[in-house]
Amino acid sequence: MPKDGIGASTVRREDVRFLTGKGRYTADINLRHQTYAVFCRSDIAHGRINSIDTAAAMAMPGVLAIMTGADFAAMGGNPAGWHIPSRDGSAMREPKRPVLAHGKVRHVGDAYAIVVAETLEQARDAAAAVNADITELEAIVDMAAAVANPGHRVHDEIDGNLAFDWGWIEDNRAAVDAAFAAAPHVTTLELTNNRLAPNAMETRASIGDYDPGTGDYKLYTTSQNPHLSRLLIAAFVMGIPENKLTVVAPDVGGGFGSKIYHYGEEAAVLAASKALERPVKWVADRSEAFLSDAHGRDHVTKIQLALDKQGNFLALRTETLANVGAYLSNFSTATPTFLHGTLMAGPYRTPLVYVNVKAVFTNTAPVDAYRGAGRPEATYSIERVIDKAAHELGLDPLAIRRQNFIQPDQYPYTTPVGLVYDTGNYNATLDKMIELADIAGFEKRAAASKAKGKLRGIGYSTWIEACGIAPSNLVGVLGARVGLYDAATVRVNATGNISVMTGAHSHGQGHETVFPQIVADMLGVPASSVDIVHGDTSKIPFGMGSYGSRSLAVCGTAITKAVDKIIAKGKKIAAHMLEAAEGDIEFKDGKFSVAGTDKAKAFGEIAFSAYVPHNYPLETLEPGLEETAFYDPANFTYPAGAYACEVEVDPDTGKVTVESFTCADDFGNVINPLIVQGQVHGGVAQGIGQALLENVAYDAQGQLLSGSYMDYTMPRADDLPFYTVDHSCNTPCTHNPLGVKGCGEAGAIGSPPAVINAVVNALQRGGHKAVTHIEMPATPARVWAAMNA
Amino acid sequence: MHNFDFVKPATVADAARALSADGAQALSGGQTLLPTMKARLAQPSVIVSLTGISEIKGVCAVDGGVSVGAATPHAVVAAEVGKYYPALAKLAGGIGDPAVRSRGTLGGSLANNDPAACYPSAVLASAAVVHTNKRKIAADDYFQGMFSTALEEGEIITSVTFAIPEKAAYVKFDQPASRFALTGVFVAKHKGGVRVAVTGASNNGVFRWTEAEAALSASFAASAVESLTVSAEDMISDLHGSAAYRANLVKVLTKRAVTAAH
Repeated sequence: MPKDGIGASTVRREDVRFLTGKGRYTADINLRHQTYAVFCRSDIAHGRINSIDTAAAMAMPGVLAIMTGADFAAMGGNPAGWHIPSRDGSAMREPKRPVLAHGKVRHVGDAYAIVVAETLEQARDAAAAVNADITELEAIVDMAAAVANPGHRVHDEIDGNLAFDWGWIEDNRAAVDAAFAAAPHVTTLELTNNRLAPNAMETRASIGDYDPGTGDYKLYTTSQNPHLSRLLIAAFVMGIPENKLTVVAPDVGGGFGSKIYHYGEEAAVLAASKALERPVKWVADRSEAFLSDAHGRDHVTKIQLALDKQGNFLALRTETLANVGAYLSNFSTATPTFLHGTLMAGPYRTPLVYVNVKAVFTNTAPVDAYRGAGRPEATYSIERVIDKAAHELGLDPLAIRRQNFIQPDQYPYTTPVGLVYDTGNYNATLDKMIELADIAGFEKRAAASKAKGKLRGIGYSTWIEACGIAPSNLVGVLGARVGLYDAATVRVNATGNISVMTGAHSHGQGHETVFPQIVADMLGVPASSVDIVHGDTSKIPFGMGSYGSRSLAVCGTAITKAVDKIIAKGKKIAAHMLEAAEGDIEFKDGKFSVAGTDKAKAFGEIAFSAYVPHNYPLETLEPGLEETAFYDPANFTYPAGAYACEVEVDPDTGKVTVESFTCADDFGNVINPLIVQGQVHGGVAQGIGQALLENVAYDAQGQLLSGSYMDYTMPRADDLPFYTVDHSCNTPCTHNPLGVKGCGEAGAIGSPPAVINAVVNALQRGGHKAVTHIEMPATPARVWAAMNA
Repeated sequence: MHNFDFVKPATVADAARALSADGAQALSGGQTLLPTMKARLAQPSVIVSLTGISEIKGVCAVDGGVSVGAATPHAVVAAEVGKYYPALAKLAGGIGDPAVRSRGTLGGSLANNDPAACYPSAVLASAAVVHTNKRKIAADDYFQGMFSTALEEGEIITSVTFAIPEKAAYVKFDQPASRFALTGVFVAKHKGGVRVAVTGASNNGVFRWTEAEAALSASFAASAVESLTVSAEDMISDLHGSAAYRANLVKVLTKRAVTAAH
């Protein structure tokens, strides 16, 4: 076995180029005769466009083209990826999302014109001279008001501002309500899951490059899934043949969900490039990112838990208003529904669950999947209401969780919200967390905090998530308009080194390191002889990209299946060369050998023979050694874990400091422990960020108050503790050959409730008994206000 | 950013002449002006850099105090003022981050008078004197509200002389995102009495908390302000804290500054 195969903590090979400035991001690409685009964006939240006068701007130096919403009116809309019907059976209300705003502007930052010039500064000057006559309309910002005031419409054709009113599972509703009516105890909690800005380090950027000689379009863009972007742009929006468009997502500096989606700017630069027959480049500045990237979260939820007096969960129900912003972004309808409602059982045996989600249009930026996507919202609601219930019943917060856990002998476990958990062991991760976090020593630490004048609290979260969303035929029934498989091509070159073309896209995950570990392990070759090719639709098979912690479980499995085909073909070649029966050929440690003999051919010899087929079974076998596999999983994977957070609260200022954070996770088998640790660290940083720091705030007029880092609080190193991270308690996934589950979103899903539970615990222990909840982010001012209410 | 002309004079006199041009704007460390220009919110036609004028840079002891040249970066103040006035050096070392401290200057901060800047509280609590190319301005006369000062058009700050108190400390509570002072309090115990200057909190910019000054002049102990209340009226209220929260911080931080003063 190679030393750098499965299980090795190999240092990420891609980091060398990223950290030495040799990465090649979209903004680094400059094409011959390139032009520069700037978008005119609305500075009001809601308005009717009367006219857009571009004459003065067109006359300015260097200006080449100005296109407005009217120029794109004939194009198709950018669609939602899932159709979610309402519980009364009515279809989802899906307004057309145009390339550029036409007729109305619907949020601050809504782009209504593209200005292209010889230089960026010329384009900026001209954009400022575009004269849009827009009549301001009343902004619809607050979700409750949006639903309650039927006259006010974000989209003129949609009264009530609802995309859908979804019930999951509607048939269970009456039974759930009956259980609540009969329950000995009901705990109710109303909470907000705060809106977040994704803040990838690299802002969005796109270059449209139309070739007038061939009629081919090429788009360089910041995408997590170039094939999906190509499909959306070609088939839905621009109406050009898919084979006339190449999408290249080169190095991409973080996505966290925000670069899954197709955005209008991409179609606009392509169209402008065709009109000018020159490349058109656009790079968003950070202000544009805050205004126009799809945001995350933004749920307002009422959750209720019915229990008996011993703390056994009897039923759970929720009512949620989910903000979708001004338009339906590609995953925006799946995120608050099938990535949220289906997780409402958590790791618990709650027999009856009902979830209601109303998706609300507002005059704010679109909201879509952001690291965790629906699952953090579900986990936060569940883990918070459990803590409140334990407090009301006088039960220990760990004991109440443990007594309701699904037990290891209950798998496969069918939840009341439609999922079948294949495996897990929640007691094991809980026990590991209790040990690592030294829960037994908490009171001693609390006494030390008290001696310093600080309030110490501890909070827990026992979370579960669903990754690798699948299978396609099931999600198709549920409303998905795409498949959710992935694909890989393994090309063994004549000299024995290997290129692996993946549908998955790496934008921080470390695919270029991890995927070769798998191939190396299977083929007995050094990982350094395997390279990953991703991000270019002209090179890779049609895959669905990376999000939802799916890359390893789905694309990683496709790689293993392609390698299996390579080995099977290698055996045929070896049988011929070794003059043995194919059934007698064994493949191990990089060698094909005849069982029971010392006759063998190294993997490299077989590869060479496949391309120089002088001694080769040409009558029965094609030359070459290249195989493609598509893989559509049989089920989701279900990572789970137990988190503990300890905080100190300064009673004078309300400032919360995270003193420790402990994670015991079950990710199934782990390919690269170092990368898994890094993923958990990053996820927890974003979770602590949500819980204590980050918040997208709009005022009543729909103006973005947190439009820069002066007001949007990104977590910094000194906001975060040293983490204790463990993933030794693993129950391998039962339905993929690697036994892997996914780890990318875990930290962001499991951590926010642990932090808030700790803050509430600290306040209650400090004598503020009336404080039963505190909204995220628990800023110093909010915590102080809670203590001084 | 729009186009502009750039001049970098070597003397204050040349700088003053350059600033008399139409649309001229003085540039010191540029920590406020440059981001504003990049955002196209300011478009001066001439930038007059003050950082090439050696006579307004550096730190030196003067009778009864310390003089800091207006174009002295925060990092230099942090490194060199400590032996004269530790509380001022500590304040300078806590502004922004290393990049900000290596570019931003005392004079730039005072000329801008951002309501959340740190330096104005030190200048006011120290009863410092602001020297310009035209005159000397007492701190109590210099600050005239948020982003407003006694400076006239084209007037250039050259240095600030700080009287060194017997004891002093600055304690700030960071605005979580920007890490400017959500509220900051500079307490200085002078021979003639205590001065308490508060930044970050008020809609009127830096101000003196005179009730606390009286109480602390009588007894320089944190407990002396315990019975005082700070009115939330005219305090800033925003995403990061209500007026009441800032009023609370004024008292909390004053007590902490008194305890920390040495």
